Amino acid sequence: MADANMLGLGGEYKYGFKDDIKPILTTGEGLNEDIVRQISKAKNEPKWMLDFRLKSFERYKKMALPDFGPDLSDINLDRINYFRRDSNSVARKWEDVPDDIKNTFDRLGVPEAERKYLAGSSAQYESEVVYHNIREDFEKLGIIFMDTDSALQKYPELVRKYFGKLVPPADNKFAALNSAVWSGGTFIYVPKGVKTEVPIQSYFRINAGNSGQFERTLIIVDEGASINYVEGCTAPNYSEDSLHAAVVEVNVLKDAYCRYTTIQNWSDNVYSLETKRAQALENATMEWVDGNLGSKVTMKYPSVYLNGRGAHGTMLSIAFAGKNIDSDTGARMIHNAKETSSSIVSKSLCKDGGRVDYRGKVRFGRNSDGSFSHVECDTIILDDKSASDTIPFNEIKNGNVSMEHEAKVSKISEEQLYYLMSRGITEEKATEMIIMGFVEPFTKELPMEYAVELNRLIEYQMEGSVG
Amino acid sequence: MSKLEVKDLHVSIDGKKILKGVNLTMNTGEIHAIMGPNGTGKSTLSQAIMGHPAYKVTQGEVLLNGENILDLPVDERARAGLFLAMQYPAEIPGITNAEFIRGAVNARLPEDKSLSIRKFLKKLDKTMQVLDMTEEMADRYLNEGFSGGEKKRNEILQLMMIEPKFAILDEIDSGLDIDALKVVSRGVNQMRGPEFGSLIITHYQRLLNYIVPDVVHVMMGGKIVKQGGPELAKRLEDEGYTGLRDELGLDIKLVDEEA
Repeated sequence: MADANMLGLGGEYKYGFKDDIKPILTTGEGLNEDIVRQISKAKNEPKWMLDFRLKSFERYKKMALPDFGPDLSDINLDRINYFRRDSNSVARKWEDVPDDIKNTFDRLGVPEAERKYLAGSSAQYESEVVYHNIREDFEKLGIIFMDTDSALQKYPELVRKYFGKLVPPADNKFAALNSAVWSGGTFIYVPKGVKTEVPIQSYFRINAGNSGQFERTLIIVDEGASINYVEGCTAPNYSEDSLHAAVVEVNVLKDAYCRYTTIQNWSDNVYSLETKRAQALENATMEWVDGNLGSKVTMKYPSVYLNGRGAHGTMLSIAFAGKNIDSDTGARMIHNAKETSSSIVSKSLCKDGGRVDYRGKVRFGRNSDGSFSHVECDTIILDDKSASDTIPFNEIKNGNVSMEHEAKVSKISEEQLYYLMSRGITEEKATEMIIMGFVEPFTKELPMEYAVELNRLIEYQMEGSVG
Repeated sequence: MSKLEVKDLHVSIDGKKILKGVNLTMNTGEIHAIMGPNGTGKSTLSQAIMGHPAYKVTQGEVLLNGENILDLPVDERARAGLFLAMQYPAEIPGITNAEFIRGAVNARLPEDKSLSIRKFLKKLDKTMQVLDMTEEMADRYLNEGFSGGEKKRNEILQLMMIEPKFAILDEIDSGLDIDALKVVSRGVNQMRGPEFGSLIITHYQRLLNYIVPDVVHVMMGGKIVKQGGPELAKRLEDEGYTGLRDELGLDIKLVDEEA
């Protein structure tokens, strides 16, 4: 495409650069109980957290890899660096971030975004958050926004009340691993009735090779409050694999609202195995907006436990799997209360041998009278080398519920292409327009800068796709 | 002045021969009409000239200013100056009408000469007024959920924005009420001039009351069987296609003719 160079994409993964940074502390390759203790000690944690970690580590050792989805047997868990500290403190002013790390984030455009439109912003580099800031006016409202390590020190009771409750360590092997070695991540508490429209953002960066990033994000939106949280992720290209195994727990209390937006664009040597779960209480709304464009393997099924009457959960996702990418993503909506509703809209694209699967679950529990769910999965397969499956799983324990499911797999329509080309638009540009139109229901929900960025990424992915 | 020539054109679709040697020459500054009964190959001619992949040219040439365009991909034919207002335009969700038209206009301009958004919108507004289109039509997704009449107007809107050398209008009058027909005709008539030529495909003479053609061609059985002035269209309206066929002594079965 003509404007690829203009965008600085230059035909390669834009975020693939690496900066040479010496760690202050690293536990080296591999993992054992001693390393788990070292991490906890380095963070000066209370005993309950050390115990939680040790118990989780025991669990982790006993658990098997998932018995579904992509092949994970190639991950060399003994070669991963599980903890790496590159900065001694969390800076509140951008100037105080160590120069070389600052340089990385400057190249990613992170503080710029903050200055323009965010209520707060944080940046995690390897294992720990190196920077976070929140606008004073939002802080005055009582919003707590900091890295989870700091929150554990400053608000131990609040953290303890919610930590590991939605995602218990035994949930899956990588949740257990995260529980044992977690570090960094975002903590947000929004007090009762406080509403923010302006998004808060976190940016996650893996810089070193063979790295593990295990952030732990915990969000509590108190009664009647609302929050809009956005996160982005990138990493350099390495020949050796890195592992990103996050756990995210979001509590949306009565009448509260939370939107959680992710644009994941890891390089294609990263395994991204995440456990993201939310609960929505009475009349609360939880919205996941989830875009997956990169990483070697992604397994991620954000869920909403609709635990209160009238709770509402949505998932709007796109996944774009190019060369060497296996994306196994979806959503889970668990209806545990009366008159709850959920909606899943999944848009998938694959090309150049990429694989993109939707794996979803909708469950209506015994007490879910009058509940409703709508699931819509659309896929475009751009060439014969690529593949996609839709794997929905429904479990219905109550007769008084309704559910809709639509799935559609297609190629780029020849009639659409012909029509656009008959107006003088090149095949490449026409294909791109059709793809942009296809993902538009997703991009229109993103904050402006992310929408622009996402469009660029898709343009970049589409480059050279017509030949 | 530009010239469009169709020479001995044979076209098949799914192995079935539809056009059996069509000859036609037109210059910019002229409006030609092609009339003919259903199933006679009028739409096939328009799609073959534009380059629809399902229509296979088995013989003959289409020349634009002396250059054969049949080897060119669809987008290059368009940029060379051809336009086809389609009978059934595709719907494309997620792309607004304005974005699409701007893309089409800029596809013809060198990158550093792109039309600015402001200039583009000014021209778009003005043109939409000519066609009695509401402003919101610009922001709707391309043809999605458009009524039949809205689609036709939208085709003419594109025509007026793109300003091609030659526009083929494939049954632009079908499904239009008399008011819409007048509006669409107003648009086409505004395009009339020395640098614009149009080939109007229609069943009915009615459209030709509003867009008066210079030349009328009658097509039957995959060939052009008669040419004349506007009076030929009027005669067909009175006598029907069977009358002309019998007069010419053609052995062609008309699709809609009762057995």
